[in-house]
Amino acid sequence: MNKKFMTAAEAVERFIDDGDQIAIGGFTVTRNPMALIREILRQRKKELYLVVHSQGQGMELLIGAGCVRRVELAYGGVARFAPTGIRFRKAVKEKQIEVEDYTNLHMTLRFLAGAMSMPFVATRSGLESDIVRLSGFSKESRGKGRVPRDKLKVIDHPLDPEQGKVVVLPPLNPDVTLIHAQAVGEDGSVRIQGLTFADVEQAKAARKVIVSCEKIVPTEEIRRDPDRNCLPHFLVDAVVHAPYGAHPTACHMFYDYDPDHLNMFKRIAPDDDTFRQYLDEWVYPLETQQAYLDKVGEKQIEKIKADPDLGYAPGLDRR
Amino acid sequence: MEIDYTANEMMALCAGRLVNNGDILFAGTGLSMLAATVAKRIHAHEAVVFFETGGIDPSLIELPLAVGDPRVMVGTSVNSGLADALSLLAHPKLHTVAFLGAAQIDPYGNLNSTLLGSYEKPLQRFPGSGGACDAASMASATIIFMQHQRRRFVEKLDYFTSPGWLTGGDSRKEAGFQRGGPIAVVTNLGLLKFDDRTRRMVLSEFYPFTTPDEIAENTGFDIDLGRAVQCSPPTKEELTTLREQIDPQRLILGPLKTAAAGDSGR
Repeated sequence: MNKKFMTAAEAVERFIDDGDQIAIGGFTVTRNPMALIREILRQRKKELYLVVHSQGQGMELLIGAGCVRRVELAYGGVARFAPTGIRFRKAVKEKQIEVEDYTNLHMTLRFLAGAMSMPFVATRSGLESDIVRLSGFSKESRGKGRVPRDKLKVIDHPLDPEQGKVVVLPPLNPDVTLIHAQAVGEDGSVRIQGLTFADVEQAKAARKVIVSCEKIVPTEEIRRDPDRNCLPHFLVDAVVHAPYGAHPTACHMFYDYDPDHLNMFKRIAPDDDTFRQYLDEWVYPLETQQAYLDKVGEKQIEKIKADPDLGYAPGLDRR
Repeated sequence: MEIDYTANEMMALCAGRLVNNGDILFAGTGLSMLAATVAKRIHAHEAVVFFETGGIDPSLIELPLAVGDPRVMVGTSVNSGLADALSLLAHPKLHTVAFLGAAQIDPYGNLNSTLLGSYEKPLQRFPGSGGACDAASMASATIIFMQHQRRRFVEKLDYFTSPGWLTGGDSRKEAGFQRGGPIAVVTNLGLLKFDDRTRRMVLSEFYPFTTPDEIAENTGFDIDLGRAVQCSPPTKEELTTLREQIDPQRLILGPLKTAAAGDSGR
């Protein structure tokens, strides 16, 4: 058995330390690595430094449970279920976290720059905006640990000053990137179906990569159709087999997002007591993904199961 | 005149009418999805919808509720990711039109979708730019959806997330943007455009159930009403397409409570 295969508990314990800079894959309501995130909550990791583009449910749990100190992000919301992430909004208002805003392109380029060892990356997106004018992190934190010396800089076009100003951004090389994929080969090769968002750039930029997945397939099978693979095995440090590991977010071709769970979360999230009860019910006592699935229940799992041609659950009541 | 449609329906159709055949549409969720889809079905058959998440020209059999919804990954021309999708947004050979929404807008179409209060002391946090600032910076044009309220149409934004015409005139070009800028603001009260020279917002059309005065009252800055005309009400074809083909569950359209005069859905 490949030594990279391990339980979520082992992966989080071995590869995530308090204070680490963590990139999370997926997008708002799709392929958030929820099984890994719930394990981070159970191990009570602290002072995490999240670097994300558009994060939804995963960030809600991490921030809500008090695991996060700082966030660099473009967007914090759970689509129509919570257009602004409820725990994110509350933590910003109560100053429990420090936040620095970028755009989706900025964050994607920063991961790409990190992956390619580029010293910086340039764009015109955001010129004149408060995104380039205002920094969220304190002066004292600048240049320490993973916090970049400058959030970004606006400079004259370095090759042709006649082209005016450009925004230059620092690369990102997070300590750990967490992603959830549909399949991983027994060799560790990763296959994502549907949109990849910025998962590939996030994984390639990271010092360590943990991948949870719906299924593990034989090496011969994953290598028979390598055009569909997106990460080579040697970039992956840990593989966690976690069926429904993105629930309550969606996993294309496997299951839809769970509107009942996300609506329930929306009701309980605003209040600290009911949110705490949610964690006591849905996170802390459920030490394995199987225990979590038993809690979700077969009926619910059947309801959100994806149609094999469409990749989602057609006709699902999403109100 | 009998009004047998809602403000949301009027908004989706009003925005849809601004789409031209061949436009490459950068859509969000909500009304922009309806506007893009209705335009494609009725008059702009060759317009293409894509999402910042990487779903390029999906079949959209069911309405996505998020740009990362698995429903944007079906029947596409290409499934990719953010880097790929955002490269289309800025592509010089494409006419890309982006639909955006915001919490606040100023007279030059600059947008705030980040927070109220100040960056140091936020009173209320919103999701942030996502790809909105990228689209506002790089698309050929933007169309903005807003709820029309004084607290949203403000002289000065609490936070400047996405660039419109900046301070008006030639300021956008001078700042280094290669193209783009907002062409329209579609609200629950009417359609606003921007003066060709000053780039300041003007009222272009008011809906059959609103008046220019009502719009001025709900705008937190001075606005030119002199060029405004009444917007044509929805046609039967437009309404049928929207209600029966595009959003039969009324997931985005919301309840069928018609927009009687004096009740603009606020």
